[in-house]
Amino acid sequence: MKILVPVKRVIDYNVKVRVKSDGSGVDLANIKMSMNPFDEIALEEAIRIKEAGKADEIIAVSIGASQSQETLRTALAMGADRAILVVATDDVNQDIEPLDVAKILHAIVVEERTDLILCGKQAIDNDMNATAQMLSALMGCSQATFASKIELAGEKIKVTREVDGGLQVVEVTLPSVISVDLRLNEPRYASLPNIMKAKRKPLEQKEPKDFNVLVKNRLEIIETNEPAERMAGIKVSSVDELVEKLKNDAGVI
Amino acid sequence: MDATKCHLDIRDAISKLCSQFDSSYWQTCDRENKYPKAFVTALTKGGFLSALIPKKYGGSGLSLSAGAAILEEIHKSGGNAGACHAQMYTMGTILRHGSEEQKSKYLPKIASGELRLQAFGVTEPSSGSDTSSLNTTAKFDGKNYIVNGQKVWTSRAEHSDLLLLLARTRPITEVKKRTEGLSVFLVDMRELVGKSLTIKPIKTMMNHSTTELFFENMPVAPENMIGDIDSGFRYILSGMNAERILIAAECIGDAKWFINKAQKYAKERIVFDRPIGQNQGVQFPIAKAYSKMRAAELMLRQAVNLFDQGKNPGEEANLAKLLCSEASWNAAETCMQTFGGFGFAEEYDVERKYREARLYQVAPVSTNLILSYLAEHVLDLPRSY
Ligand SMILES: Cc1cc2nc3c(=O)[nH]c(=O)nc-3n(C[C@H](O)[C@H](O)[C@H](O)COP(=O)(O)OP(=O)(O)OC[C@H]3O[C@@H](n4cnc5c(N)ncnc54)[C@H](O)[C@@H]3O)c2cc1C
Repeated sequence: MKILVPVKRVIDYNVKVRVKSDGSGVDLANIKMSMNPFDEIALEEAIRIKEAGKADEIIAVSIGASQSQETLRTALAMGADRAILVVATDDVNQDIEPLDVAKILHAIVVEERTDLILCGKQAIDNDMNATAQMLSALMGCSQATFASKIELAGEKIKVTREVDGGLQVVEVTLPSVISVDLRLNEPRYASLPNIMKAKRKPLEQKEPKDFNVLVKNRLEIIETNEPAERMAGIKVSSVDELVEKLKNDAGVI
Repeated sequence: MDATKCHLDIRDAISKLCSQFDSSYWQTCDRENKYPKAFVTALTKGGFLSALIPKKYGGSGLSLSAGAAILEEIHKSGGNAGACHAQMYTMGTILRHGSEEQKSKYLPKIASGELRLQAFGVTEPSSGSDTSSLNTTAKFDGKNYIVNGQKVWTSRAEHSDLLLLLARTRPITEVKKRTEGLSVFLVDMRELVGKSLTIKPIKTMMNHSTTELFFENMPVAPENMIGDIDSGFRYILSGMNAERILIAAECIGDAKWFINKAQKYAKERIVFDRPIGQNQGVQFPIAKAYSKMRAAELMLRQAVNLFDQGKNPGEEANLAKLLCSEASWNAAETCMQTFGGFGFAEEYDVERKYREARLYQVAPVSTNLILSYLAEHVLDLPRSY
């Protein structure tokens, strides 16, 4: 079985994001970029499945500007076998929208004949949470989102999902798209020998037109704002005071 | 290439590895004077300590720039590589001057971490910076070299299997130059501790696992001599540039950590109704520390580049060690002052890093000795000692 893991290059989660002064987006100049943390978790799961002897090959795919190559090298160093870079823009500031990403991924899935697609539930830059669902719709196959546990048994996969009310267990049949949540696993860091090996692993470069997809943004960003600054909290000395504050100051009860 | 852009993949992996060892991990090690074993194991397993060992002996065969990137990132993350940095470079003496037999016997095991070679016995209580006047002797008795004497500040001896030892094989009265008559031995301490070798830990102001060594008729087989007899001083010197460059990289990592800490705190701490960082008296020292760090980093980069081109950058390696250790100490001072009273609280890590950063003004070579080197060898001034 082949596993496809899409990985996105995003602002590192440790970086404090700053909005550009003209409000046109966030400032990416000289900012540390990394693999989307949820994609890292998806990749880790794929590697574990392969290590357990239940998969033969892991293909990492990234769609975006050519800089995404760095993210793919990280994926290869962690344990992906080969990578496909789809250069869909030459502007690092351009976000490729989920539908176009899903269409390109769909074409790759067909071409590569992959049965399992493991992806992050969302990218931490735009928090869309849409690609996995769209891909599964395009493929006409099963989907399981927000996975916190994945158990393979032949053609069937038991997925534990994190839902608002608790945990939900579903069973899907391959082929399937599974999007993963934070608590699924703790991704490994690449070892030095694997970093060196990754430099020689195949990385294929493609363009959207190779898959007959025309990348076209449908959404227009009107404005980007800093979130409102959080006010400092206060300490109250008694329950009575707390109730009083909730009633009169916060107006929540 | 931009120093921070070099070996991005390695830096990334190290910063991920280090994120598993948070400030409470280092605080506990420090408070309990504990060897950071889990951290060292993670680095060893990740193959990072064997970065510089050639591929044919099981390492990654990378250049010094990779080693510098690894150590810098460790220090930049708030950790400290002092517990294991020597595993990375002490083997250089065997690599450059050992026989093929010694190399194939030891290097693969050092690369895998099965053998730890991270103790380096040069400094002695009575000779200090004046290395060539050391008193430890090794006399051949027809079968073995018999070592007698004492070393001080031999770091990590309790956490090392092998010791690289410099001892006098020909009395100082019988040599033309004081630097002659010294030999290097690779001592397998495992068979000797508690018998002819005594290791005594030294309590210090930082957690550095440093020790005193006492040799009492300690036998070392002749096949454990590295290179030619009486030529050891030269072998030790040949490893100094690499060591200085790598230590300079740790200093730059420290400087970056201090500056980052100070910068964040100066923005967050509100006194007199404004962030303290709004006061020029607070922000200027941070800006200055940053500029000193960047300048020192350029010298480090140049030293690394020359070294990797196969040059022998004595001047640049010494300058890098001098400037980077001064930059890290300046950043440490600035950070401490920015934090005010909170800098003294263990919780913020500043006081720990402050104690650790101070070392590099003294070890592995003190600032004055670098200045003497520059005066004598670069500026052609009369030798001062
Ligand atoms: C924590 C720690 C770990 C160490 N680890 C190791 C190790 O693993 N292996 C090892 O071999 N050594 C190690 N050292 C020893 C270190 O290399 C020495 O401390 C250092 O070289 C200085 O020697 P000294 O302490 O004897 O100082 P001294 O030589 O006594 O010097 C004291 C002061 O006088 C100055 N001075 C001396 N002579 C001159 C001169 N001619 N001109 C101007 N100034 C001068 C020095 O710069 C210094 O400031 C370690 C030291 C420490 C503190």
